Amino acid sequence: MNKREFLTDAILFIPAAGVLQALVAEAAANAVGPAAPDGYDATRHWYGMGIDVGKCIGCNRCVEACKAENNVPDEPFYFRTWIERYRIHSDGETTVECISTRAGPPEQVEPEDPTVVRTFFVPKLCNQCANPPCVQVCPVGATFQTQDGVVLVDAQRCIGCRYCIQACPYGARYLNPTTRTADKCTFCYHRITEGLLPACVEVCPTEARIFGDLKAHADRLVRFHRVNEISVLKPDLNTEPKVLYARLDGEVR
Amino acid sequence: MRLPEQVMRLGIVVGGIAAIVLLLRFVLLPDTLFSAKPHQAATVVREMEKPLHHAGVAACRECHAEQFDLKYGGKHRNIGCENCHGPAAAHAAEPKSEASMPPLPREREKCLACHAYDSSRPNGFPQVDPQEHRPRKKCVSCHDPHDPVPDEAPEDCAACHGRIEQTKALSTHALLPCASCHAVDERHLTEPRLALPSKPDSREVCGRCHAAGSTDPDASKAVVDLESHGGTYVCWECHYAHLPEGRK
Repeated sequence: MNKREFLTDAILFIPAAGVLQALVAEAAANAVGPAAPDGYDATRHWYGMGIDVGKCIGCNRCVEACKAENNVPDEPFYFRTWIERYRIHSDGETTVECISTRAGPPEQVEPEDPTVVRTFFVPKLCNQCANPPCVQVCPVGATFQTQDGVVLVDAQRCIGCRYCIQACPYGARYLNPTTRTADKCTFCYHRITEGLLPACVEVCPTEARIFGDLKAHADRLVRFHRVNEISVLKPDLNTEPKVLYARLDGEVR
Repeated sequence: MRLPEQVMRLGIVVGGIAAIVLLLRFVLLPDTLFSAKPHQAATVVREMEKPLHHAGVAACRECHAEQFDLKYGGKHRNIGCENCHGPAAAHAAEPKSEASMPPLPREREKCLACHAYDSSRPNGFPQVDPQEHRPRKKCVSCHDPHDPVPDEAPEDCAACHGRIEQTKALSTHALLPCASCHAVDERHLTEPRLALPSKPDSREVCGRCHAAGSTDPDASKAVVDLESHGGTYVCWECHYAHLPEGRK
């Protein structure tokens, strides 16, 4: 090796070591997670929601409350939470309809369809997966999981590429037309960290939605988890959702 | 001992490069370029600082204890105030302000959002057909929304069991009253879940019309021998009496 070769190698090697060192530091920072703001210890919580499908009456109040609380655009195709009507017909066919797109209750009672064997409402929202596919695909690290288990979007860092919207198996994300960034349910993070309930749970008239902390000793959600047969949506994807459904029909996807 | 000249020069070059790298990494370039932690922490803070729109039941109760207690004793006990009165955080912050006064909904649509008959609603949830149930009257003129007790206990099973009523109306059993198969305790009308109606516990209940030798002209086409038909099961374990298989 002559002096010239040695110098070129050195010029390449030393910044490379700097980059390596930076990567190590970043990995260490990620392992610790974001710092907790004053007065609230995120490490002591692990939030989830319980939904009793047998109690949902499809009144759409949760959808309206969510839109009011979180400034979700009014147009009937932007939702952080929405309600689906399932109809299972005698020939095995299942039809799904999003009832949150309509304005107000229908004028007339719909005539009964004799081929429907079962019909019910299913509230849907972001499942706040413990293993979230949307976080994995974000190219700029704008979406992440907090220490209390809520998946948030950093609207200042999001570039609006829609990868996360594609990656979410539950269709829970949308592109906010005003900010041009991805938006989704945050479990009303500004409410739950103050000890309030998310807006949808606050207004649910039949207690079909239960909010709670899976790390707590005694909690409504912990009890809900204990006394009900719990299903999650698409368990085969290993996303480990924290939205727990009771009395969920096998046809629900 | 003196270091060779070329080692000194090399040392200066290496040291200079190292200094530039360290300066870039720790002084010139922001931390956010190397770690996700700062921008995630900032997002958490930003999310937590978002304004509240719903105050929550506890806040309403502080001033409106009377209405809360009335509601808490009735069927609407679990419904948050803001379900009907809308988001009220602004009102809770400034109770005297006229601009943020929550609405007092009196229109039928507000009640019908939950109580209009819809086949997908769970069975037993009180529902009415909006066109048959006093279509010109406001709900609040008969029912107190904070304690919605009907004037009298419902006479008709369809008041709550609309789905079964609509199914039965399509069936060959359309003309049978509910009481011909179910024994209904008086208490079921006021405390539905505490006194459930009975289901037939023997085959003789259906056998009154469907046993061999029945003289009932309407049931004569669907007559079975109770001794041999269906093993030990009660009829409704295979047949759905509200929509029997006889006519499709």
